[in-house]
Amino acid sequence: MDYFVQQLINGLTLGSIYGLIAIGYTMVYGIIGMVNFAHGDVFMLAAFIALILFLLLTQLLGIGSLGLALLIVLVLGMALTSLWGWVIERLAYRPLRGSFRLAPMISAIGMSIFLSNFVQVVQGPNNKTLEPILSNVINLPIGNGSATLAEKQLLIMVVTAVLLGVLWYVVRHTPLGRAQRACEQDRKMASLLGVDVDRTISITFIMGAALASVAGLLWMTYYGVVSFSDGFVPGVKAFTAAVLGGIGSLPGAVLGGLLIGLIETFWSAYFTIDYKDVAAFSILAIVLIFLPSGLLGRPDVEKV
Amino acid sequence: MASAGAALKKAFFAAFVTFGLAFPIVALRTDANLSNQLVLTERWPLAFGLAGIALFGTLLLEMLGPAIRARTASKTAPSTAPPHPFLAYLPRLGLLLLLAFPFIATGIAAAGGPGVLKVMDNYGIQILIYVLLGWGLNIAVGLAGLLDLGYVAFYAVGAYSSALLAKTFGLSFWITLPLAGILAAFWGLLVGLPVLRLRGDYLAIVTLAFAEIVRLVLINWVPVTGGYAGISSIPKPSVLGYSLGSEPTGLAATLGLPRITFMYYLLLALALFTYWVTTRLRTLPVGRAWEAMREDEIACRSLGINTFKTKLSALAAGAFFGGLAGAFFATHQGFISPKSFEFMESAIIVAIVVLGGLGSMLGVAIAATVMIGGTELLRELDVLKAVFGGDFDPAQYRMLLFGLAMVMLMVWRPKGLIATREPTVRLTPEPRRGAPAAVAAE
Amino acid sequence: MRWLSEPLLAVDHLSMRFGGLVAVNDLSFTVGRGDITALIGPNGAGKTTVFNCITGFYKPTSGRLALAHGGTPDESAVALLTRSDKRRTHGASPELFLLERMADHAIAAEARVARTFQNIRLFPGMTVLENLIVAQHKTLMAASDFSLGGLLGLAKHRAAERKALELAKAWLEVVGLIDRADDPAGDLPYGAQRRLEIARAMCTNPVLLCLDEPAAGLNNRESAELTRLLRGIRQQTGVSILLIEHDMSVVMDISDHVIVIEYGVKIADGTANDVKCDPKVIAAYLGVDDEDVARATAGRAGP
Repeated sequence: MDYFVQQLINGLTLGSIYGLIAIGYTMVYGIIGMVNFAHGDVFMLAAFIALILFLLLTQLLGIGSLGLALLIVLVLGMALTSLWGWVIERLAYRPLRGSFRLAPMISAIGMSIFLSNFVQVVQGPNNKTLEPILSNVINLPIGNGSATLAEKQLLIMVVTAVLLGVLWYVVRHTPLGRAQRACEQDRKMASLLGVDVDRTISITFIMGAALASVAGLLWMTYYGVVSFSDGFVPGVKAFTAAVLGGIGSLPGAVLGGLLIGLIETFWSAYFTIDYKDVAAFSILAIVLIFLPSGLLGRPDVEKV
Repeated sequence: MASAGAALKKAFFAAFVTFGLAFPIVALRTDANLSNQLVLTERWPLAFGLAGIALFGTLLLEMLGPAIRARTASKTAPSTAPPHPFLAYLPRLGLLLLLAFPFIATGIAAAGGPGVLKVMDNYGIQILIYVLLGWGLNIAVGLAGLLDLGYVAFYAVGAYSSALLAKTFGLSFWITLPLAGILAAFWGLLVGLPVLRLRGDYLAIVTLAFAEIVRLVLINWVPVTGGYAGISSIPKPSVLGYSLGSEPTGLAATLGLPRITFMYYLLLALALFTYWVTTRLRTLPVGRAWEAMREDEIACRSLGINTFKTKLSALAAGAFFGGLAGAFFATHQGFISPKSFEFMESAIIVAIVVLGGLGSMLGVAIAATVMIGGTELLRELDVLKAVFGGDFDPAQYRMLLFGLAMVMLMVWRPKGLIATREPTVRLTPEPRRGAPAAVAAE
Repeated sequence: MRWLSEPLLAVDHLSMRFGGLVAVNDLSFTVGRGDITALIGPNGAGKTTVFNCITGFYKPTSGRLALAHGGTPDESAVALLTRSDKRRTHGASPELFLLERMADHAIAAEARVARTFQNIRLFPGMTVLENLIVAQHKTLMAASDFSLGGLLGLAKHRAAERKALELAKAWLEVVGLIDRADDPAGDLPYGAQRRLEIARAMCTNPVLLCLDEPAAGLNNRESAELTRLLRGIRQQTGVSILLIEHDMSVVMDISDHVIVIEYGVKIADGTANDVKCDPKVIAAYLGVDDEDVARATAGRAGP
């Protein structure tokens, strides 16, 4: 039982990170129907930015308080990653809007290749290992045994929950969110009604990048290792999560992320770690066959 | 001048943004020191340099902007005009070049370039493999409009199955080659069956996931696949007891030709076979149905076309040629490992197909030559070392430039290099611009 | 009154619900063999939904759509097929099809119901000629021995290809697009695209041609041409035509039989003249109060 709870905690932690990345995929897909392939690499870039900022603050500027340092990294990292998100959309995707379906996707794949190689060139190909932080654990007695909840795990879950709350409020209750939902439904009509579509799409990319930045920071805190090639696998898994939850649906992305995190963790814990990714991808295929629109997605009626 | 002021403002904005992008990631480099602790190296000049480039680059663009815009505006009109006459001769020219390539390579080597083997392998075979893969994937992506992001899986299935068949049963290459194609096609059907009824975008993610599953199985199923170590000493094809491989006792070496010659011609034959089958299929009902499906799936169904079966056939046909390419790759390299079948390969092949112009065989060949040949060429450019200093390694920038080129090419020509489509049937003979008929009339 | 004496398609108690919305509610009508039948009604009446059910793009919630090739079936034969779990009879005469059980492509290929779309759906990047060749997919596919014979260039396939080309040419002559045969279909002007879509549907050799607003977006001259074209097609091929149309001049001009629906329910059914004077139809189109309709109907039904 304690082992089970321990895996549950680990799974939810990992799932939170996937969920944060998945939101970026699902929001962009919802608004322009494009799979933003470079999003995983934006996440990786964000993890690097977080790492560098953290080192800058603690080593060069000598900020002693860990909490303060992390807070500054969070805010500054979000700003800088958002800038990347904005520039990428502006240069690589916007010129292709209204072009044929595969064009932006190919551009995104190119951007993904560019980003990972760019980071490799400027930061070197080695893994970057940070000394563990926030590793104190809280013991949770369960039955005869106990499970541990590390401070960083708690941080990850709390930050994710708070951010989701904020995001939910923005999308549901602000003019910006209304504009986003309008663009999702009918971009042309929205623009006729005075919604600045380009700006709304830009902001969607910025929001996705900001969330990826948080995911990057959390990833860096959790694992303490980043490498230029870390964008692909978490990216694909997060996209899998978005599809699993129903692409276009925000709660779906989070649910999908948590599920993928849990599946991966439990599979490794109870079966074999070798095939954990196979398990995650197979479940995606199975869900798609039986629930074509994902868990929380709207079924789409084909327009004839 | 107001426009100059605006341009200046824009340039400074670009410089500012570039600096923002470069701020932590370029300006501060992380490295592990001797005690394995991460430390930062400050590289501010580099970040400011990039910002400076953005400043002057934007200024230059702003000044040249009107001229560029004027040129692109005239290009936007839909082109129904016959393609440039040069394009009509390009396939023949290309074929000639391909047939003569081993001799050209010998020439390059004799002229003091890199060795024949290297030229043949890095350019000839490398490019042709991607041409072959591109033509195969072109069936699914270019003709049928099915975004298959896991094409490398079929390549892997072909490579591993032919290698395993050859090594465990001692089958000759001439038997494992078609078997590899058939097995890959079979896997194409297997992947397609569950997902082709779903919305189009899902195909992309499921094929991607499938390719990852295949790769992970190849890594983890050690008793059969050898895991990371892969499979080595895969036999070379032979004709009448003579090996076609590049070993000193091979046929080519015996005949005094560059040792890799026959492998090259084998690959060329495979590519031409693919070309022939694909162009032929295009004019058959199934090929027309593929293209019609890409244009409008609902209309296809209203005309009695079973789109599910049609999609399956496109996926399987594409997979078949991927399998052939895999079988060749295995026997040519003599060694295969999961490293050769990563997602990046799929991405490169899709990029080649889309950049070439969806459905255009010639476009795919050009894109493969430019993208693969271009990045291979980068390895050679020692000139760059002189410009950027001794520790500059151009190979490092290979994929970076590849990605950048993909984005720029897509933005420049969203429809690919060759956007004109050749009809599969004509009522009136093709009008030719500057064709011999016009000359004769004079 | 061929829709009563010689029905080609019998729609029985057809209903289609989307979630809570009832788009078509217990609708029954018949389409006469060789008739031009018009399905009319105000916007949102469910006309296109009926079309989508007939052509298999939607699965009806309930109801039966029985189509017969080559003759009028007995009531009992239809009942027998309905009770079985089969989609169609094989080798019977008349051959029976239950469209609600068939997939869209099977309806086009086997039951030979062809259709056009409200927003024209051509293959815009393919040439005009290719559009018509694609429509003959089924015949050509069989002749190419599922591509193997075609790949080898067997004579059987080449002959079939020539025949397909002849048929396509003939239809291009009919719709007056022979000069544009080698142009991309997307480059044609709007009216020509509509005609091409009709020609493409006819290339599938249908028994029933369903046209979804064929005159939409056409000017008066083009509408008149369309009327002539449809009459000509019927005369030449004997195909039955079912059309949705808003242009009343077209409807009244060519229809043998008009069915009016409103909110998914049939409100009138008869010849063009019958329907024209029906107060319920007038009310539906002009938006008269319900009481007026009741009074008018009562007045007419009275002594």
